[in-house]
Amino acid sequence: MDQYLVIVPLLPFLAFVINGLWRNRMSKNTVIALAVGSVGLSFVTSVLLFIRLLGLAPEQRLIQQTLFTWIPVGTLKLDMAFMLDPLSAVMILVVTGVGFLIHVYSIGYMAHDEGIKRFFVYMNLFMFSMLTLVMADNLGLLFVGWEGVGLCSYLLIGFWFHKDSAANAGKKAFIVNRIGDVGFLLGTFLIFWTAGTLRFPDLAARAPEVFALGGGAVTAATLLLFVGATGKSAQIPLYVWLPDAMEGPTPVSALIHAATMVTAGVYLLARLNFLFILAPTTLVVVAIVGCVTALFAATIGLAQNDIKRVLAYSTISQLGYMMMACGVAAFGAGIFHLMTHAFFKALLFLGAGSVIHAMSDEQDMRKMGGLKKQLPTTYNTFLMATLAIVGIPIFSGFFSKDDILWQAFSSGHGNPLFWLIGVLTAGLTAFYMFRLFYLTFHGQPRYDQQTADHLHESPRVMTVPLVILAVLSIVGGWIGWPKVLLGGAWFERFLAPVMSHAGGGAAAETVGHSPSLEYGLMAVTIALVLVSIYAAYSIYNKSIGRATSLRQSLSGVYKVIYNKYWVDEFYGATIVRPLVKGSIFLWKIFDVVIIDGFANGLAYLTGDASTMGRKMQTGHLREYLTAFLIGTVLVIGFLIVR
Amino acid sequence: MMGSQLLTWVIFLPLIGVGALLLIPKDKHALIRKAAFLFALATFVISLGLLLDFDTATSGMQFEVNIPWISEFGVNYHQGIDGISLLLILLTTFLTAIAILSAFSAVDRSVRGFFASLLLLETGMIGVFASLDLFLFYVFWEVMLVPMYFLIGVWGGERRVYAAIKFVLFTMVGSLLMLVAILVLYFHFHDQTGRYTFDLMQIMALPLPRTLQLWLFGAFGLAFAIKVPMWPFHTWLPDAHVEAPTAGSVILAGVLLKMGVYGFLRFCLPLFPVATFEFMPLISILAVIGVIYGALVAMVQKDIKSLVAFSSVSHMGFVMLGMMTLNQQGLSGSILQMVNHGVSTGALFILVGMIYERRHTRLIADFGGLAKPLPVYAAFFMIVMLSSIGVPGTNGFVGEFLILLGSWSYNQVYAILAATGVIFAACYMLWMYQRVFFGKITNPANEKLVDLNLREKIVLVPLVIMIFWIGFYPKPFLKLMEPAVKTLIGQVEQGRKASAIVPLVESTPIPANTTGLAGGE
Repeated sequence: MDQYLVIVPLLPFLAFVINGLWRNRMSKNTVIALAVGSVGLSFVTSVLLFIRLLGLAPEQRLIQQTLFTWIPVGTLKLDMAFMLDPLSAVMILVVTGVGFLIHVYSIGYMAHDEGIKRFFVYMNLFMFSMLTLVMADNLGLLFVGWEGVGLCSYLLIGFWFHKDSAANAGKKAFIVNRIGDVGFLLGTFLIFWTAGTLRFPDLAARAPEVFALGGGAVTAATLLLFVGATGKSAQIPLYVWLPDAMEGPTPVSALIHAATMVTAGVYLLARLNFLFILAPTTLVVVAIVGCVTALFAATIGLAQNDIKRVLAYSTISQLGYMMMACGVAAFGAGIFHLMTHAFFKALLFLGAGSVIHAMSDEQDMRKMGGLKKQLPTTYNTFLMATLAIVGIPIFSGFFSKDDILWQAFSSGHGNPLFWLIGVLTAGLTAFYMFRLFYLTFHGQPRYDQQTADHLHESPRVMTVPLVILAVLSIVGGWIGWPKVLLGGAWFERFLAPVMSHAGGGAAAETVGHSPSLEYGLMAVTIALVLVSIYAAYSIYNKSIGRATSLRQSLSGVYKVIYNKYWVDEFYGATIVRPLVKGSIFLWKIFDVVIIDGFANGLAYLTGDASTMGRKMQTGHLREYLTAFLIGTVLVIGFLIVR
Repeated sequence: MMGSQLLTWVIFLPLIGVGALLLIPKDKHALIRKAAFLFALATFVISLGLLLDFDTATSGMQFEVNIPWISEFGVNYHQGIDGISLLLILLTTFLTAIAILSAFSAVDRSVRGFFASLLLLETGMIGVFASLDLFLFYVFWEVMLVPMYFLIGVWGGERRVYAAIKFVLFTMVGSLLMLVAILVLYFHFHDQTGRYTFDLMQIMALPLPRTLQLWLFGAFGLAFAIKVPMWPFHTWLPDAHVEAPTAGSVILAGVLLKMGVYGFLRFCLPLFPVATFEFMPLISILAVIGVIYGALVAMVQKDIKSLVAFSSVSHMGFVMLGMMTLNQQGLSGSILQMVNHGVSTGALFILVGMIYERRHTRLIADFGGLAKPLPVYAAFFMIVMLSSIGVPGTNGFVGEFLILLGSWSYNQVYAILAATGVIFAACYMLWMYQRVFFGKITNPANEKLVDLNLREKIVLVPLVIMIFWIGFYPKPFLKLMEPAVKTLIGQVEQGRKASAIVPLVESTPIPANTTGLAGGE
């Protein structure tokens, strides 16, 4: 069975190669069948591997497969090698499962796009990269997937490349991610030169010996890797690419920019939990960045009118929760939320896509309203996802978010302040999600007649994935039903073998807190969420008149969050424009005037000297001689300056 | 011995090709093109024979030929290769064949002279990479200059004469210094041993006093630094590239720049180990400046070709930085990155040439939206671009990863600064790609462009195969250079230690030692 590991990423890769090279000679249906079928088979393989993993004793749950040696130089030996442990297993199930549903949905969504074949080529390449990322057994190979998903993100955001906004957004995503990637690389170097290996199993074994708890090396390495994570997982200060990424087709937003790729940063932290646990300073930074991002993005989400942009800021905010969990050393809780978020956020995006599809590509919620009747399946499934994300009990999001909030409060690395920010964010989340919900589906229709004529529920190929995701959005969290609510917390136990117990960070133990405290905190959160939903209901359900008056009374605050705190403008003024201007200066002044001026000056001198030389004596060695003289002077000067 | 003849054949087959071309009437263009390509292809094929017979288990020079040439001056025809030379020779024969094929439709003026120049250039380049005699090396080094001068000066663009003279002047300044340095070495060797020789292996075995090492490293180093080109000696490069015909640019970027680095590896490091360590910080700093400077200036170029030229300055900065780490990762990365740069930048110049043939412009502003009329061209360009910016899965990543990994252990500040070059590379490449290929077509001239023909695809496919081969399975390349890299590191370390033990007084007599440190066969 071990040798089947590679099948999971290989299937989409083969489909990518075949479709990539010969798609023009194949019919549209063949291309789609290959693309979607390969991902489906990959999912089946993942399930089989998962079952196989469950059959092993918990501490032996590690399947490995080495294909060949990739980069062998001196003591460095990077292999093309895959591993499957409980953490990877969760990831491949989410990636192939949700990925498969989104591929199916795309058949309908992209049906009328002339680039549909190219679309599936990119999607398959993405699946391959993402699966490589989560199954790699070393940091080098993980980076292949890491930049690979970034590349696919670039290609898919800019899928409609004739639109300048799409091309710009793709480029921005790639470059911002690259900034993070440099952090990733440098962190990798530091780990290699300190620990002598980049293989995860070896690293986990060696980490406690080679890295001192709280030491400089491990703190620096984890901080550098976290820079990489802020790029990929859209955290402050590198989150700016994600909202623009909504220029891509909606299935892309669902797959890459909600369910899978953007969670890679969280996965990275969980994968290297044994390092982060040794760096308490890094953990504090992670927790603070997560908290602040969660709150910050949620406030921006309050005032956006584009349905996909609201969801994008919501994603940033939810990723903040996951980071917060990692920051309080509750990596399991982070992964738990990663999984439930994949279900409900993919569903929200696909639902939004269904709305956009029905509305003839309209994304502005101010032009929607009252779509409940026309789009019943979309409406019902969207409601499930909304209830899940705001954390209504029984729904999946409730369990994972509650887990994070409780850990933020009670873990050894936690702090009541983290909890408080998390709860406030939960309140804001409930408000902006129900604002979106009411603006889109309730109230009076605000679209024109032409749109109304074309209004239709999406075909089955799109609604069936919605229904499946809706079910998952409800029951997906039950595997982590907490002990305090008489559940078995199976998910946490399943991941436990992957989590390091060094440094007292294992988040499972929260002895010393009474269940009543946990109930109390839970009640506070739920109460705030309900109040927020009611507020959104009373403002946005019936007419938008109330919303207008609210906006006017808070015009100052509104302006700030509507303009997203002018962060893009700030980066533009402080980084982008000075860089371009400085580069032009280097070229026009330094290169052309100074260096070339110097060289040309020498050449003129040579010319003069040789004219003189010609007068004094004939001989074709003159250029050699003068050049030699000048060269000698240059070297002497060079040695003196040095 | 068959093996020795093989190397000689590889070196001189292109020269025979030059003779053959001169026998063909000069107006039979089609025949001249085919003949030139066949000679280049045959050279490539027999150079693969070198690879087959090459023994990766030993670290010494292989395929050695050593016969007296000008005995009274101690000049020998001494040729031989190790893994580093072999890789660069293969790169040369591979790229020359591709460059010639790519030039089939680009050149219609003095066709015979053009292809003869390319073949003559090839002999010069291979000769440089195989020479183990300093005099012989210098001869080949200078031989190369002539055809390149004509390639730029005759078949170049509008400012071709200016660019050609600038190219020759810059190179000449360096090579004259090198000549002086070679002569100094020659006479110094005679002073110490009473014998005259230009043989690299023998000279290498003689430890040199520190001061002399510094001077000679400076002279050799300047010649090589101009060739690389290292910042701030790079300004001849953009002009030469912009004016050179496509095939000239391919060879210039793909092979000629590598000679500078090769010179450091083959001469400066093993001959002057003490000076190497003293020059390390200076060269590394210049390399890092080159990485960032080249990338930033590339970003604001208006002509695609000069953008690619400045990107070369940045990439060669990486190569120099990797070399100066003097550890296995950095050096291997540096050598691999030379091959990578040859492949990727060569491909970029070919791609730019293809669009130039169609539109007779290279200005970014003249394009936009090309992905629609030219999907195949756009796809090739995308792959090559990804390789150039070092995306994992392509060759560029393996090289840059090793270089940066190596430089981290040498000096973390340099590593961090150079790593920012990776970000800027994405900036200038993606921005250019966007302006050329994305958006709507605004210029009607771009609407009816014809996509790549079969010959053009045949030119590009081998390059793309190399990009992914080295990206996914670089092991054969790394194994090929491993013994040579280890030997080189050993030579430098040992040379420094030897100098530390022997008091470095200028007049210390050192016993004659005729066995090369590299030893081997």
